[in-house]
Amino acid sequence: MALLDVKNLGISFGGLRAVNEFSLEIEKGCLYGLIGPNGAGKTTVFNLLTGVYQPSDGVILLDGENLVGKKTIEINKAGVARTFQNIRLFKELSVLDNVKAGLHNHYPYSTLEGIFRLPRYFKVEKAMDERAMELLSVFDLDKEAATLAANLPYGKQRKLEITRALATRPKLLLLDEPAAGMNPNETKELMETIRFVRDEFDMTILLIEHDMKLVSGICEKLTVLNFGQVLACGNASDVLNDPEVIKAYLGE
Amino acid sequence: MKNPSGRTYAAEGNEKYTGWGNSMSFISYFINGISLGSVYAIIALGYTMVYGIAKMLNFAHGDVIMIGAYVVMASVSGAGLPPFAALLVSVVFCTVLGIVIESVAYRPLLNAASSLAVLITAIGVSYLLQNIALLIFGANTISFASIVPVPALALAGGALTVTGEAIVTIACCIVIMIGLTLFIRKSKAGQAMLAVSEDKGAAQLMGINVNGTIALTFAIGSALAAVAGVLLCSAYPTLTPYTGAMPGIKAFVAAVFGGIGSIPGALIGGILLGVIEIFGKAYISSQMADAIVFGVLIVILLVKPAGILGKNIQEKV
Amino acid sequence: MKKINKTTRSNLITYGMVIAMFVIMQALVSAGRISSLLQGLLVPLCAYIILAVSLNLTVGILGELSLGHAGFMCVGAFTSAFFSKCMAEAIPAAGVRYVIALLIGAASAGICGILIGIPVLRLKGDYLAIVTLAFGEIIKNIVNILFIGRDENGFHFSTKDTLSLGLSMDGEVIVNGPQGITGTPKDSTFAIGMVLILITLFIVLNLIHSRSGRAIMAIRDNRIAAESIGINITKYKLMAFSVSAALAGVAGVIYAHNLATLTAQPKNFGYNMSIMILVFVVLGGIGNIRGSVIAAIVLTLLPELLRGLSDYRMLIYAVVLIAMMLFNWSPKAIAWREQYAAKFRRKKQKEV
Repeated sequence: MALLDVKNLGISFGGLRAVNEFSLEIEKGCLYGLIGPNGAGKTTVFNLLTGVYQPSDGVILLDGENLVGKKTIEINKAGVARTFQNIRLFKELSVLDNVKAGLHNHYPYSTLEGIFRLPRYFKVEKAMDERAMELLSVFDLDKEAATLAANLPYGKQRKLEITRALATRPKLLLLDEPAAGMNPNETKELMETIRFVRDEFDMTILLIEHDMKLVSGICEKLTVLNFGQVLACGNASDVLNDPEVIKAYLGE
Repeated sequence: MKNPSGRTYAAEGNEKYTGWGNSMSFISYFINGISLGSVYAIIALGYTMVYGIAKMLNFAHGDVIMIGAYVVMASVSGAGLPPFAALLVSVVFCTVLGIVIESVAYRPLLNAASSLAVLITAIGVSYLLQNIALLIFGANTISFASIVPVPALALAGGALTVTGEAIVTIACCIVIMIGLTLFIRKSKAGQAMLAVSEDKGAAQLMGINVNGTIALTFAIGSALAAVAGVLLCSAYPTLTPYTGAMPGIKAFVAAVFGGIGSIPGALIGGILLGVIEIFGKAYISSQMADAIVFGVLIVILLVKPAGILGKNIQEKV
Repeated sequence: MKKINKTTRSNLITYGMVIAMFVIMQALVSAGRISSLLQGLLVPLCAYIILAVSLNLTVGILGELSLGHAGFMCVGAFTSAFFSKCMAEAIPAAGVRYVIALLIGAASAGICGILIGIPVLRLKGDYLAIVTLAFGEIIKNIVNILFIGRDENGFHFSTKDTLSLGLSMDGEVIVNGPQGITGTPKDSTFAIGMVLILITLFIVLNLIHSRSGRAIMAIRDNRIAAESIGINITKYKLMAFSVSAALAGVAGVIYAHNLATLTAQPKNFGYNMSIMILVFVVLGGIGNIRGSVIAAIVLTLLPELLRGLSDYRMLIYAVVLIAMMLFNWSPKAIAWREQYAAKFRRKKQKEV
């Protein structure tokens, strides 16, 4: 059974059919790309998958559990984490605290235990610190742990966002244009990071991308979206050579 | 904050016409409500236009009303100007005041990271205006002589009197609403306002002077506030440095009620709120009238946060 | 784990500062170096400090503007004063009575915070500000028309006047509408106020530096991202807001138990009070708890020391508020500050 199984997803805004009959199957451990021209509805698909929008039709199954109708936080608890096209970090918090916020649901203690500094507070906070530092060192961010997130350079902010998403222990990681605004060197480093995340964390990843080099370099499978419809899907090399896809990207 | 309405119109009507049965007093309350609501509507226009264009809650708007009323009072009793000239002086003064407030206090924060910053600054400006008035005019309540020259109108053989102030207020409100709608629909500056309220960046790219348009919005809003101040103080003839604050906040409630950013919404919201307030005072409890008005706000925000004519805007992810 | 040490140290400095202030003031009082006017300000000062700290929890940590903080204070003041007056004979031990009054004041203000917060915290900032303001005015309105009396048949309520309470001969009016509550035992002292400030600081600082505080600040910085990592927005917003309201209630208890007659005036529980507390928070630094304490102390005591300024006090507050906001938040001012700081650093490097 596929980890993520999306069938006939659809949503309209006003009279506009933003996404129509969208289906997608992602096997566990796969690095999957969702591509398409601007305005094709890629981010809308992410918003549907994470409960920001509620689809008007279709089902979303994660490990057999239907996600349709659930709220964003429930979907995260069910195992979907994401990053954002325009980076959304907790800017006034330290890098460490950004990751610890991601650990929020997995290291519980009550507010009263926190206020009165009961033993569990110290125990859990210590475990959180250790886990967060572990994650940060994986992404080479451990030296910046005390820095404010807002003061990180751009490339590291992207990395921190991925780290924070991973801290929530997802089964599926959604990356929304992770290479946006990066130079070729940073993009190359990012490709390695993404591949590393998949191997190290045994993660299933769905990413939206414009950068064809990144897509062809790391995605094993692709779905192409155009005007809210699936134009093609399958193995990356086949899809990228599909004349329909080339037409949609380059025009006629 | 003091409730400016030391004595209420409706209550007066009640005393005079108790013999004529409930329907006459009901109509009298209703007219008073529409009259008060017209003032709220004129004030609410200032809030709604500024909110639509600058996306900020101009907390000091209510205090501009108070300044406008003081200017009229000073120019009538101090400088001996005729009422209409005094009104003109007040409108010009408040227009300039509005532009100064915008350029000194709000414009530097137009692109600030925190929306809280502009709101707190606006509160600061409101506080500043109140305290300047306090230093100049003192804390004592000044009685404000009505400058409305229209006599009261007796209807139904004297069973129902409509005051001149009510007639002028309602007429002013209608004229302003029509004028403003025409201005926005027909004039170039009005179209620029619409464009800026839709998308500041795009408007700038189309060659619209965004800062100028925002300043113009403040100017119009403040000029209307001066008119509203005079109307309000003619109907409820007392004036203190805090006179503007409560009607200002109620007018904001009216703007929210009608749907913030919408000009017809300001009219509907203002009139409804005025009627609710006067009826609340007359039939429920005069001390609780403010509480009723604010209760209305909480209920609207619960049931329909975008207001009667407002659009629901969702944050983009 | 150097970072934890740093926050602990910073918290200890804050506590130490409060204790030092208490010791200095007490020394001055016992040496007779303080005017009776200033001495009378010490208990209200404690209430103001608690208000400033609790409002900073809402404004700085939760990132929402509340203009009804005086309303929550009012709730705490009136419920606790009502309790203390009713129980003055039943519970003769002032200490026990005061502790119960505190709990009642905090709980009732906290419950109001929850009731207001549930509908309102879904809204955006500007609306929240207006609704909290509206709430404060409603509370003041209600208190001013409330008449409660007691006789051997129990409690009597009215919203008209004392006569319509229908009390028997030896009945007693407890809440007398606009005349408020008279004869609340004056149990608040400077020392008690100081202990309550320390407790408030303990609660707020520890809340901020805990899992829940992190969640609250995450929501403040980016609500959408916080939702995406599974943080329950409503729960944490409500938590911060109601804790803040409950602490304002505590300030109300201190305030009420320092007055012969407690009335709800615009001056003490109105919008102006809420603004004054906001000035403390802005001047001390939004989100900076220690700053709120310092600002509350300085702005309360300074005008009394410099008497000549008293007429201009409010005016100065207003100007300071605007200037602080422009200086701290205007993009141009921020750029200018950074440029200046960079220049300064370069100069220093050259010198070295």
